[in-house]
Amino acid sequence: MSSDTLLDIEHLSVSFRTDRGKVRAVSDLSLSLKRGETLAIVGESGSGKSVTALSILRLLGDNGVIDHGRVVFEGRNLLSLSTDEIRRIRGDRIAMIFQEPMSSLNPVLTIGKQVAEPICLHRDKNWDEAFEIAVELLTKVAIPDAKERLDDYPHHFSGGMRQRVMIAMALACEPRLIIADEPTTALDVTVQAQILALLNELTEQSQTALILITHDLGVVARYADRVAVMYGGRIVETADAKELYANPQHPYTVGLMASIPGIEGDAGARLITIDGQPPDLADLPSGCAFATRCQHAHDACRTSIPALDPVEQNPSHRSACFGYPL
Amino acid sequence: MSLVKNEEPLLKVDDLKVHFTLTKGFMQKPVGSVKAVDGVSFELRHGETFGLVGESGCGKSTTALAVLRMQPLTGGLIKFEGNDITQLEPHQMRPLRRRMQMVYQDPFSSLNPRMRIRDIIGEPLLVHGLATDRRSFRARIDELMDMVGLLPDMSDRYPHEFSGGQRQRIGIARALALEPSLIICDEPVSALDVSIQAQVLNLLMDLQRELGLTYLFIAHDLSVVRHISDRIGVMYLGRIVEIAGRDELFASPKHPYTQALLSSIPLPDPALEATRPQQLIVGEVPSPKTPPSGCHFHPRCPKVMSVCSVHSPNLARNQAGSLPNHSDESQVACHLYDASFGREG
Repeated sequence: MSSDTLLDIEHLSVSFRTDRGKVRAVSDLSLSLKRGETLAIVGESGSGKSVTALSILRLLGDNGVIDHGRVVFEGRNLLSLSTDEIRRIRGDRIAMIFQEPMSSLNPVLTIGKQVAEPICLHRDKNWDEAFEIAVELLTKVAIPDAKERLDDYPHHFSGGMRQRVMIAMALACEPRLIIADEPTTALDVTVQAQILALLNELTEQSQTALILITHDLGVVARYADRVAVMYGGRIVETADAKELYANPQHPYTVGLMASIPGIEGDAGARLITIDGQPPDLADLPSGCAFATRCQHAHDACRTSIPALDPVEQNPSHRSACFGYPL
Repeated sequence: MSLVKNEEPLLKVDDLKVHFTLTKGFMQKPVGSVKAVDGVSFELRHGETFGLVGESGCGKSTTALAVLRMQPLTGGLIKFEGNDITQLEPHQMRPLRRRMQMVYQDPFSSLNPRMRIRDIIGEPLLVHGLATDRRSFRARIDELMDMVGLLPDMSDRYPHEFSGGQRQRIGIARALALEPSLIICDEPVSALDVSIQAQVLNLLMDLQRELGLTYLFIAHDLSVVRHISDRIGVMYLGRIVEIAGRDELFASPKHPYTQALLSSIPLPDPALEATRPQQLIVGEVPSPKTPPSGCHFHPRCPKVMSVCSVHSPNLARNQAGSLPNHSDESQVACHLYDASFGREG
């Protein structure tokens, strides 16, 4: 592990106990993140992108089980820490921003209290000092009259403002890593643009690494340094953002790129679609999970799972595909 | 598209208003009103797709419901197939509903979970007394399922056995059952995954071509709207701020709100994104309970002038080429173009 590596996930496998038996949500996933880097994890619903994020902070809930793997953050395996030790990391070294600003703030606590809480908890400050820092943080995320708004409750804030509060909370202890799970999906486009620009600016300023989980390939193009594309619980392709858009290799990535109606290009033409449905995680095919929808699939694809191998000797671009004639 | 110039539009909406009264307390004392739709005018021509875009709360869905007369109107005129339907009684509306159908946003809550697919798709036929005998009824359902790309063998199943994309196909089949001329699609793909969105958009476009349907397509996703629409109207806080042909709107948006909306969408191309100027607008959409004076957009507008907070600009038609690169069809409600329209400020 090189010195500028912040996070290293090695062979992570996660399952959930359900009524239908054990369902594998993430399989043998490895990825690493450098300090200050923005990594986007893209994929459709059920691809395992949120579960990966939750596993890092061990927030899976009672029915989630980490079957295998290591999550090494600043040299420590987070999966082997005690509950107390992981609590000290949550909200301090690693912060999380959730999708729904409506439901991820506590409705019966004031905004000031919620932003100040991590500072009290992790920084050994008293409430007065923490409130002062909270005002600074809220001002930083462009909440007007921050001081007067400390005593307001979440329902006094609009969706965009609540997401700003979430960002302020995440930044409170100057974390080294922020995990943002679909941070703007619930917001309108003009507000989405504001929030993402703010998040990007603040993480860049403080050299905080960001894992951005999204299904929006436009957002990825605007903000990510590197991208991991997930399908059926595995990373199927990973590359630098520019490289991925210019030279997508995996048939799923290629299909995904082709199926978005852009605001450029030929309007009204038939969109290229990926036929069929995303796979049922409880009933994954034995080979490549994408084989049933892939027009290039051959026998090997249906029987064994391709490794995430470098593309054309480029170690930063990897694709999990047995290959197909172009 | 070949359109006769003076052909009667399929749907004409003129100065449509839907206001909701706000009440307070047990006695429901009226304390104000929300002008959800406040003077909206547009036309739908036969066989075209008119996209209506805007952020949440701008009144686009209320407009759709009002057009179908599923929402009491405060004012305005709706003409459908040449007839004024504004004052029709419910029993008079019923036969017209065969001609205008709706596809809803959420394919999970818009299908009755206790009904089989056959019954969901067939119900409109029963309601309107179009099911004459069992055999032709079943044949019609099979035909509809086939049209939307579902296997007729699946007709005995329940909605939970289908994926989101398939459920949206069921919703489309139900809308097609009565052979409508107008289908209102309210955010039909926004609940679906990207790869499935493309399938449903293709289906809607194929059906339009085969059946000559006219769509009123409501969405907040501009790239989706651009893909499917011939003309687009942009709404902001209950009013239409700009109407233009698709290519015109995207190539040279006129209203500052449209410009901001377009620049807010990140494009799936990192090289392009790195060079693209970002014009972010400040603030959020104000509450429709207390809309700003004059032009509703003026507090957020980067090009605001003194007149903007006083007078609300009309949606003026671009006549005799007063706006370069725009056809006679395009309309914009903004004081920046007062001079071009020869109107006093």
